[in-house]
Amino acid sequence: MSSKPAERIIVGMSGGVDSSVAAALLKKEGWQVIGVMLRLWSDPGTLNRCCAPDDMIEARNIAGQLEIPFYVVDAKQAFYEAVVTPFIESYASGFTPNPCLRCNRLIRWRFLRSRAKALGADKIATGHYARLKTLPDGSVQLLKNPDTEKDQSYFLHLLTQDDLRNTVFPLADYSKTEVRQLAREFSLPVAERQDSQDLCFVGQRDYREFIRDNDPNALKPGPILNQDGDLLGEHTGLADYTIGQRKGLGIAGPEPYYVIQKDLKNNTLVIGFKEVLGRSEFFTHRVNWISGNPPQKTFPAEIKIRYKSQAVPGQVTPLNSHQARINLEEPLPDITPGQAGVFYQGQICLGGGTISLEES
Amino acid sequence: MNTQTYLDYGATTPIDKRVLSAMLPHLENTFGNPSSVHFIGQQAERALEESRRIMAELLGAKPSEIIFTSCGSESDNLALRGGAIARRREGGCNRILISPIEHPAISITGAQLADQDGFEVETLPVDQSGRILLGELENRLDADVALVSVMAANNEIGTLNPIQEIGALCREREIPFHSDAVQFGAHYPIDVSQVPVDMLSLGAHKFYGPKGVGALYVRSGTPLLPVQTGGSQEFGLRAATENVPSIVGMARAFQLVQEESNQRSQHLIRLRDEIIQEVLQKIPDSQLTGAAPDSRLPNHASFVFLGLDGNMLIQVLDSEGFACSSGSACKTGDPKPSSVLTHLGYPPEWALGSLRITLGKDTTQAEVDRFLQILPECVQRVREAAG
Repeated sequence: MSSKPAERIIVGMSGGVDSSVAAALLKKEGWQVIGVMLRLWSDPGTLNRCCAPDDMIEARNIAGQLEIPFYVVDAKQAFYEAVVTPFIESYASGFTPNPCLRCNRLIRWRFLRSRAKALGADKIATGHYARLKTLPDGSVQLLKNPDTEKDQSYFLHLLTQDDLRNTVFPLADYSKTEVRQLAREFSLPVAERQDSQDLCFVGQRDYREFIRDNDPNALKPGPILNQDGDLLGEHTGLADYTIGQRKGLGIAGPEPYYVIQKDLKNNTLVIGFKEVLGRSEFFTHRVNWISGNPPQKTFPAEIKIRYKSQAVPGQVTPLNSHQARINLEEPLPDITPGQAGVFYQGQICLGGGTISLEES
Repeated sequence: MNTQTYLDYGATTPIDKRVLSAMLPHLENTFGNPSSVHFIGQQAERALEESRRIMAELLGAKPSEIIFTSCGSESDNLALRGGAIARRREGGCNRILISPIEHPAISITGAQLADQDGFEVETLPVDQSGRILLGELENRLDADVALVSVMAANNEIGTLNPIQEIGALCREREIPFHSDAVQFGAHYPIDVSQVPVDMLSLGAHKFYGPKGVGALYVRSGTPLLPVQTGGSQEFGLRAATENVPSIVGMARAFQLVQEESNQRSQHLIRLRDEIIQEVLQKIPDSQLTGAAPDSRLPNHASFVFLGLDGNMLIQVLDSEGFACSSGSACKTGDPKPSSVLTHLGYPPEWALGSLRITLGKDTTQAEVDRFLQILPECVQRVREAAG
């Protein structure tokens, strides 16, 4: 070691494989690592998957093994306000939100950065699968992880230059398989732990039950119509359905029906056959441009409309600094208002916004 | 992390080398069970009874009045639970009086006795520093009181209680008086032939003894039923094969308290007063919690800072090399203000920003200087992070 003290870094730890390996890699590189776990809100009577007592014990164990300090930071109230409330409201407004996106920007990065500042750390790190590249002018690009199965840049598209400049992704170039291998090499007892699933705050329950409990008005039964306006049945509440959904409609036809539209104003679910499902034009609102500079002109890009879908080619037309129109080359059947549309050019994630079918 | 400076002796203390060397032969050789008939067992029994004799002598008690337990919390449980139930069976007494700033070993046990066993548990009025108001206690000491339990010194705010006077009031009415002296006993000699206390809890690890051993002094004739039942160890009041090496360590550590407490206290008080003075002077919007220096534990300085996350302050101090604690801080990051501070009337914006510094016999002037140099900046950093 040189006489210069090691740079201090805060690593968000969840007790899972990815963040544990991230912490171990940083330690190995010579950083002065401090582990932090955020305590998030969960539905009363359930455990938040990101910070349940077992996970806390696991994260503490890992920190102990790595001989790094570990602190728990309370973010329950802020998480409820910034993530859970908008989640409920979004469903009640007919959207299908992805709360992890807001959580990363408004909770994870905000709390880790503020704690880093107080603890005298220059940087924060997480176990996300994504890469960062600093350009000669000092700006930072967010890039995909080469493991296309695992690339998590989609979840990070709301981060700002200020966030990224102070961030390290130790798993940048590793695949999930390699990370599990590293966990074994570091003798971390988490190598075989399963990946976590979405929606940390509703416990084992179905999110629909959670919505029903928290906003009964969000789930009023109403008519199911076809595109000609014929009454085909009754739905259980629009929040129970997602655009492109086929299963669970319970309506027989000559061929399978899909959810085409959720008409919130009339509390009506419109269904139709596969050929009318596709759509190639949609809009994104509250767009975050990672570079900090909204483009002025239409540009070609690959667009991802949900985490697990492939990026597909199209054109992005900025309407103003925070809205854009997207025209895909080929229609997609499952463009879902409330999910994020994220723009890529090759490996580079440019940013993205909330999908809407209406311009404003 | 760098070398850490430990300023959390109220949480626990490192074992004294002299205590360790007293214990080692009993870890290595005297492995027998004190209850056994054979000679190997008798050797262990001798070590056990010698330790009991030492504890009794130092407390001014009889050996038969010393019950070894596994910790201060267990001593509290035995006294409160076993004492209250025995008194109810004896005379139908159903009320338990405790102070509002008791350690959870008393307050939570009291809550359970109320909830599961139908006792009426009342908390006694205290002044701003957490000290029992004697007149208020006197008004409540009726014949139906099963037990009074008031801690001798508070762990969180350092306040000493007038146990002599409390004990006298109870004694006049023949009401058993228990005192949690886990913090107090680490700093002051106690002579139960002078102090009218009927039960007294001690924990060895607060005074440079090992963890996992405590004692309960029980004055002869005090009604008490066992909580942990089984064999007839400890005069039938606490079933379990005795932890001989730790008991030997406790007795040795307690001896050292009596021999050295004067000298330790002088050193501690000087450093503590410097901390109190400097903190109040240098840090804006700061208050000392608990009693004034002359009525608090010699090693104890506790503060609240306005508009600050006490949990974060502990983490920041830790990363700067100082191990402290906070009444409101908990490892799981729950931002609840301490019930003690809340009871004493501190609003959340003050109570959430608490800091406890508890010094030890080996704390140096240089350590205190470095701490005082860094604390104001740490407080400011945490205040900024919250804003």
